[in-house]
Amino acid sequence: MADHRFIISGFGGQGVMSMGMILAYAGMLEGKEVTWLPSYGPEMRGGTANCHVIISDKPISSPIVSKATSVVAMNLPSLTKFQDSLEDGGSIFINASLINIKPDRKNIKDYYISANDIAMQLQNSKIANMVMLGAIIKETGVVRIETVEKVLEKMFQGEKAKLIPVNKEALKKGEVLQN
Amino acid sequence: MAKVLMKGNEAFGAAAIKAGCKYFFGYPITPQNEIPEYMSRELPKIGGCFLQAESEIAAINMVYGASGAGVRVMTSSSSPGIALKQEGISYIASCELPCVIINVSRGGPGLGGIQPSQSDYFQNTRGGGNGDYRTPVYAPANLQEVIDMTMDAFDVADQYRIPVIISADGMIGQMMEPIEFKERTGRSLPSKEWAATGTNEEREPNSINSLYIVHEDLEKHNWKLDAKHKLIEENEVQYEMYQMKDAEFVVVAYGTTSRIVKSAIMDMKKEGLNVGLIRPKTLWPYPYKAFDEIPKSTKGILTVEMSTGQMIDDVKIGNNGRFPIHFLGSPGGSVPSPEMIAEKIKNILGGEKK
Amino acid sequence: MKTIFEKTKGLTAKPFHYCPGCTHGIIHRITMEAIEELGMLGKAVGVAPVGCAVFAYEYFNCDSYEAAHGRAPAVATGVKRVHPDSLVFTYQGDGDLAAIGTGEIVQAAHRGEKITTIFVNNAIYGMTGGQMAPTTLIGQKATTAPYGRDEAHAGKPILVSEMMATIPGSAYIERVAVNTPANIRKAKKAIKKAFEIQRDGKGFSMIEVLSTCPTNWGLTPEDSLKWLEENLMPYYKLGVYKTPEGGANNG
Repeated sequence: MADHRFIISGFGGQGVMSMGMILAYAGMLEGKEVTWLPSYGPEMRGGTANCHVIISDKPISSPIVSKATSVVAMNLPSLTKFQDSLEDGGSIFINASLINIKPDRKNIKDYYISANDIAMQLQNSKIANMVMLGAIIKETGVVRIETVEKVLEKMFQGEKAKLIPVNKEALKKGEVLQN
Repeated sequence: MAKVLMKGNEAFGAAAIKAGCKYFFGYPITPQNEIPEYMSRELPKIGGCFLQAESEIAAINMVYGASGAGVRVMTSSSSPGIALKQEGISYIASCELPCVIINVSRGGPGLGGIQPSQSDYFQNTRGGGNGDYRTPVYAPANLQEVIDMTMDAFDVADQYRIPVIISADGMIGQMMEPIEFKERTGRSLPSKEWAATGTNEEREPNSINSLYIVHEDLEKHNWKLDAKHKLIEENEVQYEMYQMKDAEFVVVAYGTTSRIVKSAIMDMKKEGLNVGLIRPKTLWPYPYKAFDEIPKSTKGILTVEMSTGQMIDDVKIGNNGRFPIHFLGSPGGSVPSPEMIAEKIKNILGGEKK
Repeated sequence: MKTIFEKTKGLTAKPFHYCPGCTHGIIHRITMEAIEELGMLGKAVGVAPVGCAVFAYEYFNCDSYEAAHGRAPAVATGVKRVHPDSLVFTYQGDGDLAAIGTGEIVQAAHRGEKITTIFVNNAIYGMTGGQMAPTTLIGQKATTAPYGRDEAHAGKPILVSEMMATIPGSAYIERVAVNTPANIRKAKKAIKKAFEIQRDGKGFSMIEVLSTCPTNWGLTPEDSLKWLEENLMPYYKLGVYKTPEGGANNG
């Protein structure tokens, strides 16, 4: 597919913004056209935060995703809010650690990832987003996992470099845990 | 230079610094806060000065002071904050001082909302300050244009000694896109011998002033400003013509909405409908001449704005009665979808009453 | 022949436009004499207000600005931040500074902005024709207070020096008057001190100068001086309100 349109959503603090940013960054490194658009303002305070990411082979007209090829729901309100934004045949990635229902939609592919549980196994609650990202990449093939690892190396420098191995580990865990 | 992924608001700051701007005075307001935050982080590193003023009024007057002192200086705000700056912009325009003002617009009137809006078209192009003044207004539609136009804006400000406004909206400010700093061909710019830097007792004093109490002097001053405005109208108009060949219908849109319109145009093309776009890149001077290039095949014009219709006045001037003009607006902070635009055009072509 | 008085190089040849008996001319002169004596005319940048002193930029023989009403401290901030070695001063009246420009003056002091403000208080709006100022005294008549200022309606006159002295960023605040030769000498000394504070990077300085407005007070020049002494000075007490060491020395 030449055109990947993501809506990534969750609580503030679940790392949905950085998940989208890493995806966009990786797309750019692979020479693709990319946009990242966050929700902002009071929406960001305590509620559900989301970002729209488009990765495409062609110039991107609108950065707003009205029909997503993939929806990532890190919490229940995100599933409720965005399942209808998914196009027919699209994929929904559900954080099974926090969501115990299935989407109402038909003609979609649904994936369940216990992102928080896996993150806890890795003893770092903050990397649930990386587990999820691993699953997304494996399933959609939007970018290569090696490119994402390169992004992590650029993002975590100096003091933060020690966080690279656990983030990479989380990505790998997500990769094997699809379906 | 390699591409980097950057947020729109940060791109404004990065471009300003690249253009040699070392001074920034501002006041917090959503959705442009990343600009002052970026400047507060970066300017001290290059020996510049970031100052958070007590109000937008103070900030623009600090810009007045710094610009008069001969340096490149910028401020940024959003709609209600720009309203407060209008007094200072009028003074700066009359004193013929260069500066760059970023307006990352939000919905209004009043406190309005914080979502993307284009209801500051009048504010940006007509201004709310007093007197016969004009400000060049750039309207970037993507982050590469944020970079290029911000750098151009400093040159244009210095060349014509005029405040330059960049009109963006929350979406441009908040989104990320890859950008690069391209090689630029610089303009030859006049030196600033008018600046109030202290005489060192080596020259006659300079005074930065907009008071002309003798009416003949004021009249002369205004005609001088007018001649400058005409020169800018002649030399600085920028616009894009998109898919205009054999267009059955033409849309006029700028900034964020122009991106959506392009999506709609591609969708309609797949259905065999040829629609073109006139995209003003400068809102003043306005590309009236673009309307002379509309093909005879065109049945009408649709203006799409995130407002109840402001640019449409300029569209009417440019169209000069040639084609029927229609309007699609979203004044509440929602960005119109490509589907809405395509549907509107199909309805018009299907015989919807104007 | 021995020269006993010379016009300062700090003033241009342009004749003042002030009314007979107005003390703006004296305050202009001592301000510019102080700068000249400090050898800083070449580094000076003055910011004129809106009010009677709106043309001050034509009289100050140094680089200058004409600011919007009340905004002079913000403009001065912009200049000073660009050229930290320059001597930047604002010259503002009571409407400009104590009404429309309170935000700018308070915040400039609050930032410890290294600028100097000459604040001319004559308890009335002069240029617009005698309207009530924030510093107009209780009972004093003005064109917008035809029955005299009523405390219940318009509050008590604002004490600017006292207020500015409370701001931690203020380094030097003094109130002076220009009603007698002795007071004029003291006023000049205070202004010079304020400029030295700025030159030495100690922070914000302001000199409040009690001044006259014979035209709008409806008095002769001589009676104006007397009225200043008998009415303004008892309420607006002369003295030093703030020094860099934090001390004050007023009645």
